Amino acid sequence: MWAIFRKEITNFFSSLTGYVVIGVFLTFLSLMMWVFPEYSLLEYNYATLDQLFEIAPMIFLFLIPAICMRSFSEEKQIGTLEILFTKPLTEWDIILGKFFGALALVGLAVLPTLIYYYSVWSLGSPVGNIDSGEVIGSYIGLLFLGSIFVAISLYASVLSNNQVIAFLVAAFVCFLVYYGFEFISAVPSFVGTIDDVLQKVGIGFHYRSISRGAIDSRDVIYFLSGVVLFLFLTRNQLIENRAN
Amino acid sequence: MSIQVQDLSKQYGVQYALDQVSFTVEKGQIVGLLGPNGAGKTTTMKIISGYMSTFGGEAHVNGMDVRSDPIELKKQIGYLPEHNPLYLDMYIREYLTFIARIYRLEAVNSKVDHIIERTGLTREQHKKIGSLSKGYRQRVGLAQAMIHDPSVLILDEPTSGLDPNQLVEIRQLIRDIATEKTIIFSSHIMQEVQALCERVLILNQGQLVADERTEVLERVLHKQRKIVVELTQSFEGNWSIEGIQEVLSLGHHRYGLVFGKTNIDPRLAIFDFVTRQGHKLLELREEKSSIEDVFQKLTT
Ligand SMILES: Nc1ncnc2c1ncn2[C@@H]1O[C@H](COP(=O)(O)OP(=O)(O)O)[C@@H](O)[C@H]1O
Ligand SMILES: [Mg+2]
Repeated sequence: MWAIFRKEITNFFSSLTGYVVIGVFLTFLSLMMWVFPEYSLLEYNYATLDQLFEIAPMIFLFLIPAICMRSFSEEKQIGTLEILFTKPLTEWDIILGKFFGALALVGLAVLPTLIYYYSVWSLGSPVGNIDSGEVIGSYIGLLFLGSIFVAISLYASVLSNNQVIAFLVAAFVCFLVYYGFEFISAVPSFVGTIDDVLQKVGIGFHYRSISRGAIDSRDVIYFLSGVVLFLFLTRNQLIENRAN
Repeated sequence: MSIQVQDLSKQYGVQYALDQVSFTVEKGQIVGLLGPNGAGKTTTMKIISGYMSTFGGEAHVNGMDVRSDPIELKKQIGYLPEHNPLYLDMYIREYLTFIARIYRLEAVNSKVDHIIERTGLTREQHKKIGSLSKGYRQRVGLAQAMIHDPSVLILDEPTSGLDPNQLVEIRQLIRDIATEKTIIFSSHIMQEVQALCERVLILNQGQLVADERTEVLERVLHKQRKIVVELTQSFEGNWSIEGIQEVLSLGHHRYGLVFGKTNIDPRLAIFDFVTRQGHKLLELREEKSSIEDVFQKLTT
């Protein structure tokens, strides 16, 4: 599994695409945080990173499908998956290697945002006037959110030989499970009846709940079962591909 | 026994890609799997290599069931898939190191050095795979299949698409490897199978139509015809017939006459010759091997 893990990471940076994807992510995030007035930290008079954690899911919707789109699609298309499957590796070695590889790449992309934390920390008055516990909770929320998006994107990638299709399907499904249920729950006939149930099915509800800094076991279970579900779907699809 | 398959079958929809194929390969043997496109060669190899797990029948490699022992099995097999898929973005060394790590080999660097030397990649070792010629890519493919020193090698069309020089080099490489390993390789080129191995398995439309020593290929390659005659008594004289190349004495006044290319049908010539010699014919028939129509497909 670690051999696959390492390969995923080095391969990502072996082509220009890797740098472009992460570069675009960080540029976009910085613009949103420091320049655009609606979210800008400087306009906002409180020392928090709330904006970061509000914007991040939106950007993850594109970043993560972009990181994962190659993972199975490309290997299926060029046939290297057949090489992996005839090496002493289980399906889980391959899937988890790719899963943790992609998650580590997401982590690398997010790492520079610690600078924002430091900036806010030093800009605050008095210095250090920021709720660090909440920030840690929010990063954990991002980790969970990242995991489930990666699992969804891997599944999209195993469904198609075409990277562009894999990207679009992944982004669409992530969007649907993140925002979709909230939109539906806002439909007038659901309000006051099953709207809170619908909200709880969506990812957004649980992400915000964790981000508030209170880690509830129900949210953790929600994320873990989502990840496990999509990884199992991925495995079944891989096994099915192999039968032919 | 290195490879043992029994009643191997594989169905796609209503069509059988493989239909009850059985054979065994002894340790150390090099066997060619010959057949036209669509014969079922790739399917056979995918099953033996442990890639394809849904099929009918049984397959064992080194005594292990390919269905129930996949991890242990795969450590003992080296497999080069058809079309030799490779990560074109990776460097040769990087790729082989990755493969060595998958096998959890010890002393990864020296293993990589060794296989690079063995497959003749020394001068190219720092290049990207994508920048290599087809012949060198094929060497990389062989290197990934052999880095863990497997006892069984499965090579699916290892020489297809190579130019004549590369072809000679890759064949020589396979010949070198063959001294220490069991090898099964597929090809749709008769000459190649004949040049590389002692034994040939011929597949056609999913069925095993022949399992012979490669000598039989010789006859077909040289368009020879073998005609068996039976006389009433033995003939001691000289079979001086146009185009005759070899006379085999089969006992009981029977003879096998091998002809090269002739102007008239050798059967007519034999009939005339025997009558002129004052002998009587009891039987005159051409011995056609069951594989001749397959050969026709292979040569056209
Ligand atoms: N994935 C598949 N779906 C449907 N038919 C297939 C598939 N793979 C192979 N076949 C069919 O099975 C037969 C054997 O194929 P294959 O083993 O690839 O032959 P060969 O390697 O000798 O050319 C062919 O008729 C081919 O069309
Ligand atoms: Mg084939």
